[in-house]
Amino acid sequence: MEAYLSLFVKVIFVENLALAFFLGMCTFLAVSKKISTAFGLGVAVVVVQVITVPANNLILNLFLKPGALSWLGLGDTDLTFLGLISYIGVIAAMVQILEMTLDKFFPALYNALGIFLPLITVNCAILGGTLFMVERDYDFGESVVYGLGSGVGWALAIVALAGLREKLKYSDIPPGLRGLGITFMTAGLMSLAFMSFSGIQL
Amino acid sequence: MASRRQLITDPVFENNPVILQTLGICSALAVTSSLKVSLIMCLALTSVCAFSNLSISMIRHHIPGSIRIIVQMVIIASLVIVVDQILKAFAYEISKTLSVFVGLIITNCIVMGRAEAYAMQNPPLMSFLDGIGNGLGYSAILIGVAVIRELFGAGTLMGVTILPSVANGGWYYPNGLLLLPPSAFFIIGGFIWVLRTVKRRQREKVDFVIMDAQVKEHG
Repeated sequence: MEAYLSLFVKVIFVENLALAFFLGMCTFLAVSKKISTAFGLGVAVVVVQVITVPANNLILNLFLKPGALSWLGLGDTDLTFLGLISYIGVIAAMVQILEMTLDKFFPALYNALGIFLPLITVNCAILGGTLFMVERDYDFGESVVYGLGSGVGWALAIVALAGLREKLKYSDIPPGLRGLGITFMTAGLMSLAFMSFSGIQL
Repeated sequence: MASRRQLITDPVFENNPVILQTLGICSALAVTSSLKVSLIMCLALTSVCAFSNLSISMIRHHIPGSIRIIVQMVIIASLVIVVDQILKAFAYEISKTLSVFVGLIITNCIVMGRAEAYAMQNPPLMSFLDGIGNGLGYSAILIGVAVIRELFGAGTLMGVTILPSVANGGWYYPNGLLLLPPSAFFIIGGFIWVLRTVKRRQREKVDFVIMDAQVKEHG
């Protein structure tokens, strides 16, 4: 239990997907103009991440790993080279299913999150989370915690950036730096601040 | 229709995918701490982008509109798998350093964006050139950032010492910050600043115009 807790904290602060690994930057910079939309997108990322990382973990362990298909009499066939295409397939399918389920059973939630869901398929934070899970060889329990933690960390970062940008639009910025330029600088400063967590030993 | 040369040069200078369209930033930030790794990454992205544009453009009349995203995704993912396997076979060390970022070419918005915006409407050869052009536009930024980061952060380029650092008996104090992730944000932010100061057309509109405060003196 303690190991899970420390993994959770580590993923949110020390190894923040957005600010330490720069994943999901395109949406991070593009959809962070208002706190409310940033929050909606953040929640959507958490939900999708919690579902897809464990799902891909199961795919890896049950189908792709060497020896995983021995119940079919295939011995130790190694299918890990099919990894990338299966993960992205799972992510695209999950997002689609989630969208349809929300539309049918939770229309209010669908209206709030709906527009963000298609964006999420091509958000590198989602695929990145899965690939880190594969690279670090997490087991199923750890992958659930990792999915939740990385989603929460990403959501935290984008909401914080949106908060900063809402204040920033009233400030007097050199003309060439307005908009994207100053957003990059702000994100850089945030990333610098998050680096102070990297000394924490868990 | 744009001339063939424009297809290659436009994305590099006039309409750069990274700086103007905010596409493909993730990897631009993450892999640029050394020049060698960045060069490999540029090569990988340019080839994936060119060949995905080529193959999508060849079958563009046969892709049903409703499932085009999935079709594009499958083509791109297969190309990335090829690149990944080649890297693992011939440059294992570098593929370890790049770790997840080769896989993340799949979700790199440049590849997807060009497939959707250009290759779906244009003939194969033009699309292929467009892919190369956008790959080069991305590479220009990546290489620029990597040169600054490696030269001033470690005093080397491609692993060869240019500025001998104090630790090795030289005179240059390396700027350690440049090797850390946040510096990439500042460098790209700086690039954008310079580019938009030179090219006024590319500036963004502001929501609020700051008025000059008129302070009246009393008495």
